[in-house]
Amino acid sequence: MGSYVPNKKAEQEAMLKEIGYQSFDDMFSVIPDSVKLKAPLHLPSGKSEFETANCIKKMAAKNKQYCGIFRGAGAYNHYIPSIVKQITSKEAFVTAYTPYQAEISQGILQSIFEYQTLICQLTGMDVSNASVYDGATAAAEACAMCKDRKKKTFFVSETVDPKILSVIKTYSFGSGCEVVMIPEKDGQTDLIKAKELMAGTGAASLLVQQPNYYGQIEDVRGAVAVAHEAGAKAIVSCNPFSLAVLETPAEAGADVAVGEAQPLGLPLAFGGPYIGFMACTQDMMRKLPGRIVGQTNDEEGNRAYVLTLQAREQHIRREKASSNICSNEALCAMTVAVYLGAMGEKGVTEVANQCVSKAHYLQKGLAEAGLTKKYDGEFFHEFVTCCKESAYELCDRLEEKGYLAGLPISEHELLWCATEMNTKEQMDDLIALVKEVVA
Amino acid sequence: MELIFELGQEGRGLDLLPACDVEKVVLQAPKREKKMHLPHVSETELSRHYSRLEKRTHGVNDGFYPLGSCTMKYNPKVNEEMAALPGFTNVHPLAPVESVQGCLEVLYTLQEDLKEIAGMDHFTLQPAAGAHGEFTGLLLIKAYHKANGDEKRTKIIVPDSAHGTNPASAAMAGFDIVNIPSGEDGCVDVEALKKAVGEDTAGLMLTNPNTVGIFDKNILEITEIIHKSGGLCYYDGANLNAIMGQCRPGDMGFDVVHLNLHKTFSTPHGGGGPGSGPVGCKDLLAPFLPGCYAVKTEEGFEYEACEESIGSMRSFAGNFLVIVKALTYITTLGAEGIKEASQNAVLNANYMRVKLADAYDMAYDVTCMHEFVMTLEKKKKEIDITAMDIAKAMLDYGIHPPTMYFPLIVHEALMVEPTETETKEEMDHVIAVLHEIMEKAKKDPEYIKHSPHHTVIGRPDEVKAARTPVVAYTFE
Amino acid sequence: MSTPTELKYSKTHEWVKEEGDVMVIGLTDFAQNELGDLVFVNLPEEGDEVEAGEAFGDVESVKAVSDVISPVSGEVCAINEDLLDNPAAINEDAYGAWLIKVKNVSDSEELMDASEYDKFCESEK
Repeated sequence: MGSYVPNKKAEQEAMLKEIGYQSFDDMFSVIPDSVKLKAPLHLPSGKSEFETANCIKKMAAKNKQYCGIFRGAGAYNHYIPSIVKQITSKEAFVTAYTPYQAEISQGILQSIFEYQTLICQLTGMDVSNASVYDGATAAAEACAMCKDRKKKTFFVSETVDPKILSVIKTYSFGSGCEVVMIPEKDGQTDLIKAKELMAGTGAASLLVQQPNYYGQIEDVRGAVAVAHEAGAKAIVSCNPFSLAVLETPAEAGADVAVGEAQPLGLPLAFGGPYIGFMACTQDMMRKLPGRIVGQTNDEEGNRAYVLTLQAREQHIRREKASSNICSNEALCAMTVAVYLGAMGEKGVTEVANQCVSKAHYLQKGLAEAGLTKKYDGEFFHEFVTCCKESAYELCDRLEEKGYLAGLPISEHELLWCATEMNTKEQMDDLIALVKEVVA
Repeated sequence: MELIFELGQEGRGLDLLPACDVEKVVLQAPKREKKMHLPHVSETELSRHYSRLEKRTHGVNDGFYPLGSCTMKYNPKVNEEMAALPGFTNVHPLAPVESVQGCLEVLYTLQEDLKEIAGMDHFTLQPAAGAHGEFTGLLLIKAYHKANGDEKRTKIIVPDSAHGTNPASAAMAGFDIVNIPSGEDGCVDVEALKKAVGEDTAGLMLTNPNTVGIFDKNILEITEIIHKSGGLCYYDGANLNAIMGQCRPGDMGFDVVHLNLHKTFSTPHGGGGPGSGPVGCKDLLAPFLPGCYAVKTEEGFEYEACEESIGSMRSFAGNFLVIVKALTYITTLGAEGIKEASQNAVLNANYMRVKLADAYDMAYDVTCMHEFVMTLEKKKKEIDITAMDIAKAMLDYGIHPPTMYFPLIVHEALMVEPTETETKEEMDHVIAVLHEIMEKAKKDPEYIKHSPHHTVIGRPDEVKAARTPVVAYTFE
Repeated sequence: MSTPTELKYSKTHEWVKEEGDVMVIGLTDFAQNELGDLVFVNLPEEGDEVEAGEAFGDVESVKAVSDVISPVSGEVCAINEDLLDNPAAINEDAYGAWLIKVKNVSDSEELMDASEYDKFCESEK
């Protein structure tokens, strides 16, 4: 049996006696017999570290590792610099709790302050929180930020990732708010329809995604204008790399910018832990949910960091808090900060440009191989293709060769993604394989 | 110390990527105009910056961390190694089901283990934290009443000793909150509960042992009162470390429960996250479970989703790598180890409670479970020493303070949870330190009131931080 | 600070001043002292209805938030926007830093005069 209890049986018994208990049973007599377990738990016996590690490693070995990943759809395969994992494995960072005791938590607090600054730099917004669970919950929380006593309808574009939409709907089932979809036209948000649908409805917010689920680049500035005209707040859910090259949410006039920061240094890891970033204008700062670190000083004037604006939060405001969030993704926020520190402006822009260039190279090649592009609009690093054959069968054939193909989003459509990880050689090989299958 | 933005030079950086090997494409869409200020540092500077930050951070590896209600037990290293296996970290969450059998086996095995430990029929591992789990569980209750055409059930009963997340989660799920006062013994006032229930009762949120560390022995009567009124019972698993292997929420009459893998099951807190807050439920709530969960079939593992599901709580299956860590821990401990952990968590708490009772007032001087609450209310009146002062004085000894000012029903509260992974010697040392601090407080209260004296900063000006918020670095 | 005799007081520590048809409402010095350094004030909007005995806003200190209860029913006709930037004004001059003005007053809680309120505060300590 493995155990992390350091005191041996004899010590435990001596401690029990010393404080007046005959035995563990005696001490646990405060639990009524009526609810006590009558038999041991039906779980396997404990194991040594050696056996446990073998058991878990066996499970890991059952997963297939692909030689090339061409799938994104909300989880992206990017290069992670060596220093990122090293730094974020430091024991104190890994094992600390939420920095409630500022005097011995300046390291964590400063790292969050730096993360907040970086998110403000990326999005152009004024204020960032210390993170939420993932990009989808960030979008749902952003919608909740925009509601008030009179405005309880969230408008969401159909071109938003369905996983994000599902979470917004779940959260809205709780709050009793209504979610109304804005239709898509040619793979982009139909802003004319949006204007019609939102006029005079008491809309709380409009959410668009940049680039959208199909990889298309949206007219964010246009969407923001539609939202504001309807008296609603504008929320943009964005891919962090797009922020390096495209007009920022702040430049487009958005009120809230959110997104999934997994691409910034976090592994795919079967979907988590990931990290949702949330940033907003100064005006909306007090509606921002979750923890926020602020700068101040101590009695001697030393620069210091603390959790601030805490009266917004659940541990003080209880049922009147804007959100119940407590634990967030602090270590992932540090990962993002180390990643951005390692890449710098040059590196992040380079990744963004390589993503765009490689996705366009791949799209052209696949088109020549017989997979036609579905939408004509400009795309970032994802795009949709159509084929006569079954998309699923095509995926199976590519999988045999070690490639994770685009995601089938219907019987005959695939959503592809390319990043800096996909080499020209690899893409050429993939395109050749597709040619074989389609021909 | 400097911020990362105050280090380095323009143009400095790491060489990480090869040149682009395809033709460069320039987008026509509107471009970013504003300069993006990201750090421009060498790898040496980056490495040293974070080493300095680490020295200004106190983790469980640094010393005793008796933060009540947070279960800061030792975080085993093998858990970290397992979660870092490329066989897990390189898996795309939308890869075909045949290619992710190992991940699904992890989910399935942990679901099964948690069902047994909590006495529940089903588990979802999707919620990303405890509060997220609470929200999930309450939405299950809401969906259940809705499916029964019982939408008049709009009220969730919460004792005044509850964690702040409980009422906040209930409000997010659209419920009205009915606060009921605790009895003199810190437990649920059964008579008050009887008066509070009715046709509008959707459910009750409770943790047992409760937030003052006492096992509520009326638990079966309490859950029966709720059930008889037509409501459901929610168990906040924050305090499961006290009872795992001894008794189970499912056997106490609870219908739905969330567990905190980052408390009870030894996964680290990471300075505030990532956590994981799986939700378990009895059969009656199963049709509404969120997202997908893993099932075992003859061909292997599969995803399954519920038809009447409340929807997704987040993208994908959950904080998967945290789930791997918790499974590693449960696999290591097994049935006996789990029981041994709760036994010693309770023993260590009682040991410290008894040994401190001569110098510190106990809010409830009875056998506690995994934590106990001290109150400085009298000391504040007598010598003007508060819970905050004691906590800050502990910092100078390299000891993390207990949870301060919680639960709200105890004034000047310090809530101590040693956990099972501390040695007797360490606890004896902390007990001695706490005695020393109290002696000092009586002789030289000013010294204690200005603690800490030996940390990298003194007490920060929180009023200034809140009145004039500076929440990002300003570039010139 | 002495309790101004021209004002009326509620049991939840708000003061009320009559200015013709309009009632001016603020927090008492006793209240600000108990709450400590205030860091933010949440106020209703002009035109909102307030009800006697119900919260119309709240005040935040670093680690607490407290509802402010309206002593009267009516319509908010002005809010003290200066407090949004400078909540410390309440700590500095509780009887100068009004929160809201209410018109069309239809109902009122039972209010105390200054000497009754001083006695009441004594019993609260």
